[in-house]
Amino acid sequence: MARLKEEVEEKKKLIATLRNKPWRMKRRLQNLKEAQGFVEKFEGALGKGKGRKLYAFKVMMAKKLIKFNRDFENFKTACIPWERKIKEVESHFGSSVASYFIFLRWMYGLNLVLFGFMFGLVIIPEVLMGLPQGSIPRKTVPRDEQDTAMDFSVLSEFGGYFRYSVIFYGYYNNQNTIGFLKFRLPLSYFLVGIGIFGYSLMVVIRTMARNANEGGDGADESEFTFCWKLFTSWDYLIGNPETADNKYASITTSFKESIVDEQENQKDENIHLRRFLRVLANVLITCSLGGSGYLIYFVVKRSQDYAKMDSSQLSWYQKNEVEFVMSLLGLVCPPLFETIAELEDYHPRIALKWQLARIFALFLGNLYTFLFALIDDVNEKLEKEKVIKNETIWALNQYYANYTLYHNVTQNIPLPEIAPADVIRGPCWETEVGIEFVKLTVSDIEVTYLTILIGDFMRALIVRFLNYCWCWDLEAGFPSYGEFDISGNVLGLIFNQGMIWMGTFYAPGLMGINILRLVSSMYLQCWAVMSSNVPHERVFKASRSNNFYMGILLLVLFLSLMPVVYTMMTMSPSFDCGPFSGREKMYDVVIETIQNLPPFMANIFTYASNPGLIISIVLLMVLAIYYLNTVSKAYQKANMDLKRKIQMQRDEEKNRRNNKDSTNQVMKDLEDLMPNKSLIPPPAAEEPANPAPPSKSPKVTGKAGTAATGRGVNLQRDVSLAAANPRGPVTRPPGPRGPGPLPGVGRGHPPGPGRGRGRGGPPPLR
Amino acid sequence: MQIRLYRNCQVEQEGEVWFALVKFVSARNKDESNQRLCRTNRTNNTMGATASKLPKDQLSEYQELTFLTKQEILLAHKRFNELLEREDRQQIGGSRVPMNKILTLPELKSNPFRRRICQVFSTSDLRDGSLSFEDFLDLLSAFSDSATLEIKSHYAFRIFDFDDDGTLDTGDLEKLVNCLTGEMDNTRLTSEEMKQLINNILEESDIDKDGTVNLSEFQHVISRSPDFVSSFKIVL
Repeated sequence: MARLKEEVEEKKKLIATLRNKPWRMKRRLQNLKEAQGFVEKFEGALGKGKGRKLYAFKVMMAKKLIKFNRDFENFKTACIPWERKIKEVESHFGSSVASYFIFLRWMYGLNLVLFGFMFGLVIIPEVLMGLPQGSIPRKTVPRDEQDTAMDFSVLSEFGGYFRYSVIFYGYYNNQNTIGFLKFRLPLSYFLVGIGIFGYSLMVVIRTMARNANEGGDGADESEFTFCWKLFTSWDYLIGNPETADNKYASITTSFKESIVDEQENQKDENIHLRRFLRVLANVLITCSLGGSGYLIYFVVKRSQDYAKMDSSQLSWYQKNEVEFVMSLLGLVCPPLFETIAELEDYHPRIALKWQLARIFALFLGNLYTFLFALIDDVNEKLEKEKVIKNETIWALNQYYANYTLYHNVTQNIPLPEIAPADVIRGPCWETEVGIEFVKLTVSDIEVTYLTILIGDFMRALIVRFLNYCWCWDLEAGFPSYGEFDISGNVLGLIFNQGMIWMGTFYAPGLMGINILRLVSSMYLQCWAVMSSNVPHERVFKASRSNNFYMGILLLVLFLSLMPVVYTMMTMSPSFDCGPFSGREKMYDVVIETIQNLPPFMANIFTYASNPGLIISIVLLMVLAIYYLNTVSKAYQKANMDLKRKIQMQRDEEKNRRNNKDSTNQVMKDLEDLMPNKSLIPPPAAEEPANPAPPSKSPKVTGKAGTAATGRGVNLQRDVSLAAANPRGPVTRPPGPRGPGPLPGVGRGHPPGPGRGRGRGGPPPLR
Repeated sequence: MQIRLYRNCQVEQEGEVWFALVKFVSARNKDESNQRLCRTNRTNNTMGATASKLPKDQLSEYQELTFLTKQEILLAHKRFNELLEREDRQQIGGSRVPMNKILTLPELKSNPFRRRICQVFSTSDLRDGSLSFEDFLDLLSAFSDSATLEIKSHYAFRIFDFDDDGTLDTGDLEKLVNCLTGEMDNTRLTSEEMKQLINNILEESDIDKDGTVNLSEFQHVISRSPDFVSSFKIVL
């Protein structure tokens, strides 16, 4: 009975793994029908007895679950957008260009979820259940701004009505609960702000782990260069003849280059000159990085001065100087770095890595300088706020004093009735920060689109049509068509995401703007790539580039987390705008909520935040990391060991076949000790080169077995070569060793009783 | 209608380009499956010619046995139908498509291994590389996104084994290199370079030093490669 059940289970497992077997469809169909028939026949039989109904029910539920899973998978794949578009790009440009678009689509998915959080938990409650526009001071445009509030120039700076809307932090009210659902908006705002980072972190790490599993385990890059070039360099997604031709050319070039590399000796070149040039190049680049950082700081400071001046006297350039300069630096510096890098004369792959590192440093430096300048600004505003707050309190006291004088009442004095538009306002610093980030993002979008339109499309138009009346061949010569710059675009995408992460806490509407940007960018770039770009001439990818870009994304996530957490922890919120107004620090809202919880939960929190507990948890995690690291190193060592053993084994065999002289030192030493001078028996007649791959395994182990049967010493060779080849289907059971595959040839002498492997009794003599 | 400004594309006359430019910029992207450049009038034939549909139980069996999703199997069915002669369309289960027709598929047209692929996946007794529908599904399943590394490396090995003897010996490797370097004479490697290349390859991958690469050595090399799984893909 139990055995029957086992067999049914086995058949079920077979059905589940049928698609993994490299058989023909006919054979698989046959097996499937057999297994299914068997299962159905005996499943009913198994159910006889007490638990029959329950068993049948369980079986039915299992079947339905499998079907449901499969339908769900189908549905999920049907929901993935832009599949056709990306496939088209793939067939024309190969998989490396398409990987950018796949990354863009992944970003879109991530941002969609974050937008869902922000929109559903923060914006919608405020809009639906909060006070309407114009009812309280923070939601109203001040009196003196009202006549310019709808001007396009003001709106394009995100002032006017935009500033006092749900897009920015300042709009939100600080009531503890709003609406009939008693929704706690300040708490929700804070938690969503933190939750955005938490969710992004989780998703990025999960994707990195998945990529790491598929990408193979840390094999050395130079270990299999030729083999990989030969076996894996063709991209099967290419469906376009020109791309195919390009690919042929690049493969040939790479073969020729690597052959030459292998052959040539170390060139006798001037090492000192090279080193000097490299140092010079690095110095130049550091200088330009420093220069760009200083430029940004200078420009931000200047813009603060401009902000104090009357805005009608400033030109457009002066008002948008910061964004303009930052975008310009982002456009000009990377080609500059590439030109300077010509001095260094590295291998292209290493040069690419240096270039990416430098661009990364550039963007980081720029962003952080920008942030420092902004924080200075914020501190200034906080000072100003104190002054205004004092003024307001003073004015209120005056009002109370007057009121008391007039009406002779000292208690329950009603608040002064001022229209919300006339109330004195503080300089809400969070909204200012939010506006800066939104302006930066928008200008970045504009610059990207302009670059695509002018740099790629216009260029292609000019090259195509001006070629008829130009002196030299524009297509082959100087401008020619542009290639799609994968790394530049991916880095741009990553840094944009970093800015979004930084700015979302202060401008909830920024997520929506980002979603629009990603969608339009996908369509625009797909169109631009197909119409104006050519496939790459040289194709070399930074290996494991998927995880490389994910790693940068993770780094950017941490770097953008830091400023937000810093401002949350140290700066006090404005007193009259935003959901945290009136509190000392922003995280006070969480502490208040915890204190208001029922007592036993408050107790749990108090115990959990005990420093002793936290320190011990941190220690535990550090130990776990150390342990896992050690285990992984041990696995790698075991791998190397096994490989070496295989190598040694084969060397041994080959030498025995050739000249009967052992190359293994251990064997040599033992031989010298032995009286008979040779442990190795005369080789059995050569086995015919067995063509079928699976029999390699028994053939190999067979020979190892024979080597162990000595005239005296039985060496325990515990290398189990069967473990090294798990993939070949085992066509014969691991039978007795020795002259297994050779039925017709006798052995030299009867084998000894102990075979050194403990595999059953002595083999039958054939 | 998609235009490409790059010279060797299908846009012929000048006037057409400008007109097409205007039309394109103002038009919306319609059915994108019609926009591949080298498309013939195949799409017109599909209207009303798909008389045979895939029965539901067969569909679910195929889903069970391959790595393809339902939509992919249906799409494969449609495309396979287009390749069949009109009179064979009713009986899609038994009929075979000759190799030269399979090679007109845009996904295979530019592939240097297209003939080997057809021969490896073909179960025809005449060894002529013709594929039945089930062979076609096998092909797509092995080349699909969700196929495992084992399946892909198994089939890759068989595709590269030009003489079908179960190992990749020097002759196979030479033919492989020649396929990859294109058909033009000026792109081929000289015999010196070829010898050097093959030596290097055998040095790297031949663990048991018998002068050939067998399946397990091949799989050992391939499993370490980060690019193999993502490049060994064909999607309809």
